[in-house]
Amino acid sequence: MINFDYSKPATVGAAITALSKDTKAKFIAGGTNLVDLMKRGVTTPEKLIDITGLPLKGIEQSGTVVRIGALALNSEVAENDIVKKQLPLLSQALKAGASAQIRNMATVGGNMLQRTRCGYFYDTAMPCNKREPGTGCGALQGYNRMHAILGASDSCIAVHPSDMCVALAALDATVVVQGPGGTRKLPFLDFHRLPGNTPEKDNNLQRGELITGVEVPVNPSLAQHSLYTKIRDRASYAFALVSVAAALDMKGKTIRQARLAMGGVAHKPWRLTIAENFLQGKEATVANFQQAASLALKEAKGYGYNNFKLTLGPNTLVQTLKTLTGV
Amino acid sequence: MDNFFDLNIPFAEIDRVDGKAKVTGKADYVAEHDLPNLTYGVLVGSTIANGTVTAIDTKSAERAPGVLAVITHLNAPKVPGYEEGENPAKGRTGGGGLKIFNDNRIRFNGQPIALVVADTFERATYAASLIKAQYNKEAPHTSLADAIKNDKPIEGDNYKEAVRGEKDAWKTAPVKVEGTYIMPIQVHNPMELHATIARWDGDDKVTVWEKTQGVVSTQQSIANAFKLEQKNVQVYAPYVGGGFGSALRTWPHAIAAVMAAKKLGRPVKLVLTRPQMFMLVGYRPEAIQHISIGATPDGKIVGMRHDAYAVTSNYENFNEGLVAQTKQLYACANLATKYNIYPMNLSTPTWMRGPGEATGSFPLECALDELSYALNLDPIELRKRNYAETDPENGKPYSSKFLREAYDLGAEKFGWKGRKPQPRSMEEDGWLVGYGMSSGMFGAFRGEGRVRLKFSGDGMLTIQSAVSDSGPGTATAMTRIASDAMGLPVNKVNFELGNSAFPPGPTQGGSSTTSTLGTTVSMACDSLKKKLVELLKTQESEIALADVQFAQGEMRLKNGKSISYTDALKAANLPSIELTESSGRNPEMQKYSAYSYSVHFVRVKVHPLTGVVRIDKVVSAGDAGRIISEKTAASQMKGGAVGGIGGALMEEGVIDHRYGRWVNNNFADYHVPVHADVPDVEVVFVNKPDPVLNPNGSKGMGEIALIGFAAAVANAVYHATGKRIRELPITPDKVLL
Ligand SMILES: Cc1cc2nc3c(=O)[nH]c(=O)nc-3n(C[C@H](O)[C@H](O)[C@H](O)COP(=O)(O)OP(=O)(O)OC[C@H]3O[C@@H](n4cnc5c(N)ncnc54)[C@H](O)[C@@H]3O)c2cc1C
Ligand code: SF4
Repeated sequence: MINFDYSKPATVGAAITALSKDTKAKFIAGGTNLVDLMKRGVTTPEKLIDITGLPLKGIEQSGTVVRIGALALNSEVAENDIVKKQLPLLSQALKAGASAQIRNMATVGGNMLQRTRCGYFYDTAMPCNKREPGTGCGALQGYNRMHAILGASDSCIAVHPSDMCVALAALDATVVVQGPGGTRKLPFLDFHRLPGNTPEKDNNLQRGELITGVEVPVNPSLAQHSLYTKIRDRASYAFALVSVAAALDMKGKTIRQARLAMGGVAHKPWRLTIAENFLQGKEATVANFQQAASLALKEAKGYGYNNFKLTLGPNTLVQTLKTLTGV
Repeated sequence: MDNFFDLNIPFAEIDRVDGKAKVTGKADYVAEHDLPNLTYGVLVGSTIANGTVTAIDTKSAERAPGVLAVITHLNAPKVPGYEEGENPAKGRTGGGGLKIFNDNRIRFNGQPIALVVADTFERATYAASLIKAQYNKEAPHTSLADAIKNDKPIEGDNYKEAVRGEKDAWKTAPVKVEGTYIMPIQVHNPMELHATIARWDGDDKVTVWEKTQGVVSTQQSIANAFKLEQKNVQVYAPYVGGGFGSALRTWPHAIAAVMAAKKLGRPVKLVLTRPQMFMLVGYRPEAIQHISIGATPDGKIVGMRHDAYAVTSNYENFNEGLVAQTKQLYACANLATKYNIYPMNLSTPTWMRGPGEATGSFPLECALDELSYALNLDPIELRKRNYAETDPENGKPYSSKFLREAYDLGAEKFGWKGRKPQPRSMEEDGWLVGYGMSSGMFGAFRGEGRVRLKFSGDGMLTIQSAVSDSGPGTATAMTRIASDAMGLPVNKVNFELGNSAFPPGPTQGGSSTTSTLGTTVSMACDSLKKKLVELLKTQESEIALADVQFAQGEMRLKNGKSISYTDALKAANLPSIELTESSGRNPEMQKYSAYSYSVHFVRVKVHPLTGVVRIDKVVSAGDAGRIISEKTAASQMKGGAVGGIGGALMEEGVIDHRYGRWVNNNFADYHVPVHADVPDVEVVFVNKPDPVLNPNGSKGMGEIALIGFAAAVANAVYHATGKRIRELPITPDKVLL
């Protein structure tokens, strides 16, 4: 790790100014991802701006929206009463992530900006377009068991590793960011990017911008039938091979609306719109679930070690919907 | 040999004597130990797997703040022991291995190319990141599958085909099973990082704090490398935070620390990083194995063939008993085995818990399971029908064998009779349920041990030996033995270890410490008893040792009189009694074969849609002779099951063969079990003494706790799903596709 300067501003304005002034500066929140990346030499900021002193920790409901501050801890959000009641999907997804210790350091903003766990990205002796554009993608013909089956490019087949973000994608959240030019809001699905030819860019945050929070609409019907399923290599403390965030608005056996997203399959949380549309107004039956699942992954493509996700993805979706509807 | 005790009386349970220090953070592990004037060393690893270093730029590192020295092959002080050729007589634990900083040749990825020493760990770590090397790259060879296809294995006596009876008998048997099994690299990964502190005390004396399973072997290795008198190398290893075999050797990083301390004239602490733990302190070698078994329709094994292929480094041949259990476990007249190893651009593997037997038991015990289905026989019944009453290799009787009892005890405790024989016939809450079992065996040994014993006027019995405790609870078991032998409360016995100034103890490996050192401790206590009785003779005439009972700190005589040990000392005007005792192999044992046995039972739930496997019940039954310390023994077996769950379901060292470089050498990507993966492991022991091996009736147990476990899981997954998975680890992808 290189030597770095450190500051801890008290206001959002000061934090943004500090970042804008210095291209080698980075925000640090819980540090659970950034510090690892610094230790491995993957990222080498010369200045850290500690944002944990900013007043962005609140979780509150106003009308039909729950606002969650960017610095609320993953553990706090998961255990928060409003979240548990109104957004159980989010609570479940958070608890499925990392370990209790890490969740107790990790923040909402940091979770959104955590970087891929691709082994080639982490090892500076390996080729990786995301870390060092132009060096090639080590995973493309390498060990790509954890990698993407949707929306990837030959430049990068990495996945976004977050669980929380899969739930937020399903729940139609909005990201609130503030930069030198003021505040703007992005639909959650537009926040993260696909790799294309610029895999070094994970998301659409502009230089100098700070995530201040997320806004999640509440929907009591969806909240009643929400489930986050995470398939991983051990029972806890492992990244998702595949995960599914599902919320259904049910009337008897009929699905009025579905919100579905998948994790572990793409460079961003993958919203399964086609499957949602297919299920809308349909009966909850295994056959319908299966059809929705195969529609959802029609475009999917394996790269070798990760071919199993072509089966695991749809199966996990079917299993989640079965559990959720009891069929 | 006489037995000192009534072997049928079980030992009472005691707590781990070092437990409190360990859980309260008082235990002083090497990486935490502090010394005045200490400096910190950090190793830099190569980024290629094969080739040579053509240039190495150390300038910016040397200029970095706090840096005291940068050592590379260009400026490394000569290690005098490196000049000699390999001395096979010294054995693997006594030295040898990669000659660190000795030349510019790169033999594996991550091989140390430089050591940076600085005044703090952080500064050394930073400076290490500034070192840049240039290489002449050659193609890396790390794929075993490719090597089997394209290369010739190493030749030599160890690798010749071994045939018993008729080589091809299995081929003509009425019922046959065959399969190829793959086990990836597994890495010991004890919680404690490997660490060395070296301090020179003059030109010809060095003190070393080392994470080691062999205090004496570390002393020898360092003495050999630096051409010192063995007694001039002082080794401390008071606590070892796990080893599983990784600390059976003194690795090159320890030599580097000693070298640097000499160059600097200051003590150097060198702690490996977790990624380095995958590359520099051994691993369980990847193995591909093919096994064939032929049997009669009533389940008698007619013939077997087992071919094993495994990796080694290209500077040392690493051998272990992959086919050993196949030769031993079942009565079978016709057998052929062949063990093959291939030199690779990998560091040298080393014994990992259960060593080769754990690897070899995977194909063997899966094949037995497969055979049981082919024959429509219960897997336990099949094993009993082929029970070896005598050693199938040489016809010798066993010193003791209670495997049959272990099958029955384990089956009873597990509820094996609840198993429906057909695969994929049991279900619960939408999950497929499967029962699986397997057996394991490992040689029961006893080596040479030496202890010093002191009984003082204050009633304390202190026993010392230069052994280390990598986790099984050696001090606890020895305390138990001595307290029982002497009729002293546990808190009056103090067993001291981890110091080379004590009389030489054995290296802690091969499940032999309790057998070896337990014998020495028993004998030392016996000698103490004799001395105490001698003291009495000045007051009472003609007392035979056999007529004295030693209980509650006193000698009880036939005439009803009793005298405490401390009073006896006082009466004789002695401050203390001191003696040393040594013990060796039991020559009687030449007539016998000696093994410990385990039987593992596993219940799995397999999710039919997602391929997730959960182990929800484990019973491990052991025949490990008489159990010396119930609690630590049970913990040993439980730890073995945890390791077994890891090996079966998740552990896999991944190397990208294009670069010969590790992809997952960290704890986020290399998975070991977390609590949620481990059910309450139940342990049962036959707990019957071995009447020959040693006076305590114990046999070893560290290895059998793991041996066979992976097969039990694979067999349970087969029973649950009808799918035979022959490649570890059994992750969801393998279950699904
Ligand atoms: C071993 C391990 C296992 C894990 N397992 C999982 C898992 O299973 N599922 C899962 O979802 N996650 C997992 N994680 C990741 C974990 O969730 C993230 O590390 C964590 O959420 C990051 O939050 P942080 O506050 O610590 O971010 P930091 O490390 O502090 O920051 C991460 C990045 O975000 C930027 N940043 C932080 N806050 C803001 C903000 N408000 N505005 C703009 N930029 C900001 C920082 O500059 C930095 O680039 C795991 C992590 C580890 C180490
Ligand atoms: S998948 Fe992306 S992150 Fe991984 S090596 Fe390729 S470019 Fe780098």
